[in-house]
Amino acid sequence: MALDDRKTTDFKFIGSRPDRPDGLDKVTGRAQFGADAHAPGMLHGAIVRSPHAHARIISIDTSKAEQLDGVKSVVTRADFAKDLSGEFSFVLENVMAGEKALYDGHAVAAVAASSALIARDAAKLVKVDYEILPHVTDVDAAMADDAPILNDTYADASVPSGLHPNVVRYHDSGHGDVDAGFASADLVIEDSFKTEATHQGYIEPHACLATLGNDGKGELWCTTQGHWIAQKTCAALVGIDTSQLRVTASEIGGGFGGKTTVFIEPVALALSRKANRPVKIVMNRSEVFRATGPTSSTSMDVKIGMMKDGTITAAQGIFRLQGGAFPGAPMEFSAMCAFAPYALENVKQIGYDVISNRPKQAAYRAPGAPMASFAVESVIDELCNKLGLDPIEVRLKNASREGTKASYGPRFQRIGLVETLEAAKAHPHYSAPLKPGQGRGVSCGFWFNHGGETSVSLALSEDGTCQISVGTPDIGGSRASMALMAAEVLGIDYENIRVTIADTATLGYNDVSHGSRVTYASGLATIKAAQDAVEKLCKRAAAKWGIPEDAVFWEDGCAKPSGANAGNFDPVPLAELTKDMGATGGPISGHFEATPEGAGVSFGTHIVDAEVDPETGKTAVVRYTVIQDAGKAIHPTYVEGQFQGGAAQGIGWALNEEYIYGEDGRLQNSIFLDYRVPVASDLPMIDTVIVEVPNPGHPYGVRGVGETGIVPPLAAIANAVSAAAGVRLRHLPMSPPRILRALVAQAHEG
Amino acid sequence: MKVKVHLWSGLRTLTGGLEKVTVDAANTGDLLAALVRDFPQLAPVIEAGVSVAVDGRIIASSLTEPLGADQEIYLMQRLKGG
Repeated sequence: MALDDRKTTDFKFIGSRPDRPDGLDKVTGRAQFGADAHAPGMLHGAIVRSPHAHARIISIDTSKAEQLDGVKSVVTRADFAKDLSGEFSFVLENVMAGEKALYDGHAVAAVAASSALIARDAAKLVKVDYEILPHVTDVDAAMADDAPILNDTYADASVPSGLHPNVVRYHDSGHGDVDAGFASADLVIEDSFKTEATHQGYIEPHACLATLGNDGKGELWCTTQGHWIAQKTCAALVGIDTSQLRVTASEIGGGFGGKTTVFIEPVALALSRKANRPVKIVMNRSEVFRATGPTSSTSMDVKIGMMKDGTITAAQGIFRLQGGAFPGAPMEFSAMCAFAPYALENVKQIGYDVISNRPKQAAYRAPGAPMASFAVESVIDELCNKLGLDPIEVRLKNASREGTKASYGPRFQRIGLVETLEAAKAHPHYSAPLKPGQGRGVSCGFWFNHGGETSVSLALSEDGTCQISVGTPDIGGSRASMALMAAEVLGIDYENIRVTIADTATLGYNDVSHGSRVTYASGLATIKAAQDAVEKLCKRAAAKWGIPEDAVFWEDGCAKPSGANAGNFDPVPLAELTKDMGATGGPISGHFEATPEGAGVSFGTHIVDAEVDPETGKTAVVRYTVIQDAGKAIHPTYVEGQFQGGAAQGIGWALNEEYIYGEDGRLQNSIFLDYRVPVASDLPMIDTVIVEVPNPGHPYGVRGVGETGIVPPLAAIANAVSAAAGVRLRHLPMSPPRILRALVAQAHEG
Repeated sequence: MKVKVHLWSGLRTLTGGLEKVTVDAANTGDLLAALVRDFPQLAPVIEAGVSVAVDGRIIASSLTEPLGADQEIYLMQRLKGG
């Protein structure tokens, strides 16, 4: 049986839970993260940042900084490439301001010096003259007629005429007749929602070590989710050929989408080129908040019609996302994911990408989907409450299934939403009694997942062990998953497989570790590379036995004759074939390079219990259950970890995390003391249920699991908190002051 | 081979009001080229990056996926992730 046909459960290694190979390095401090790199003669870089939200740069005087002892180079925008277009031009403008500073924290110059302290002192000596301009940081205000214009050339052809120039992209999609659908409903609810910008909150700040010599050749070590895209982008921004820059990904202390682009890396390269010395830059936490990419803040209107029996007759959503000072807010994903869990005859979704005086947004797990899900699933909850319907039964009644025409157009292949809802209904959590003052919330969520360019190289050693080179940084335990999949194909122990993240000079191109693609795409490529090696092993056995190649097959780590007619030979283990491989044809390795296009979409259902203190507005999440379709869990512990991580980040997003800007347009809370992420004491044990509805596009049925888990939490928590507080919360985060205001407003209305 | 392509509704303004168009294409690369040829106003959208769904399977970027006359084909926004 071909491995590609194997959708069974008779796995030997897949589904087991061995220790991760990089675990010991990480808990003992042996692992090398971004800031751990050193080089002889290394300089330290510091960046000069705008204190203004919106200002024209009149002049930059670097002379005093250059005169400071220990300063070796100073760069401004003039030291970067000219005439870039498209996304590279936006990235460069974000990395180093040109004519205007567009947000508080926008880089305007940088210095390199012999110590970090001297570099910071020198940065303070760079004199920038600004003409302060009016600013705007709120998405609705940025769309208003009188809003300050950031750039009147950014809007593309999709934007309807008559909108403010800050609206730079527009999306609408859907099918059916929503007006007729609303007219046929027994109850229609329309509400408006807002969510504030949140940061991915990775523990490791951005850090890099760059060398760019007089010969035009460069080396870059950095913490990144994708070193090939870092290579391509950095080379373009400093004006060298991509092939002249080798990029090595360090271990990564969290990314969640925020490390899919570059910020300090091109600056370090430019400083290095000018000083002809290696330059290291490490951001502090305040810089991470002020100048890297948080998620978009949103303003949304959602309208849904429902029959008394729970059938949804029509749904419409308008999703306005501000993405900072440049185009790119993921409003099309908000629109396409918003109603995807439901089979709708009449649906319409509209998205607006709006620029404002904030840092350029970056991806954050399932970009755009969690906010849209919050609005949609909140309205469904309101409808269920008013019609006296069970929220899971209503979702089951309307659930998307195989063959359903998705809200974004095409029909679904095999999907597992119904299975997650059935598992939620049967879970003891759903029927457990609530204490007074507690509320329960439910929500579904959807994400597409992604394939992307992928290369894997696998080499067998003489002692029968295996070395695998992948190009996707390990951000969630993927080394373990790759080793398990290779072990399954080769039939050798997990411990005998070493997985290395190769640099850009030693492996073919790899897309970023994003889109929940690594276990799917690098996993598929690992399986195929292992199969390539197995084919070669079978050939060696055939030659050894003097029988045709197709008379040999591979099973349990051994080459075996395919039957009595092939001959009576004892099975030959892998190690015996590799022991002599130098003399029987040379080294044996396997390769696979492709762009897999079978990433299956995935769904999840979350159940949350919360309680609210009406005196203080403080919320506690007291019970949380995540149920999600993983297709096939290669390493269940890391699948559960992804589920729990999504829920934990969702709890922070829903309850406390937000970018707070002052009237002056400056970020008020740029450290973790003021930007409150959940800590262990804020979290309950997050229970998980792995549903496995195999993805037909992967040999073992894998679906990505990294992103779907953050889609349902905002709504599930909002529904629980609203039930506990007795008032509907439509603005995230539901921080204590916001809950108290809602309670007071309701008391006045009542 | 003639294939029918569904567009997202926001593209109607670029296709003379059509949400479903018929073009000559044997694979996804042909399809995108034919859309640009027959509806030049779609060129910036397609150059910016799109995905194609064929019978529900979302093809993020490949230009070599074969197409059949009876398949359900949707042009979609380019997919990426975090």
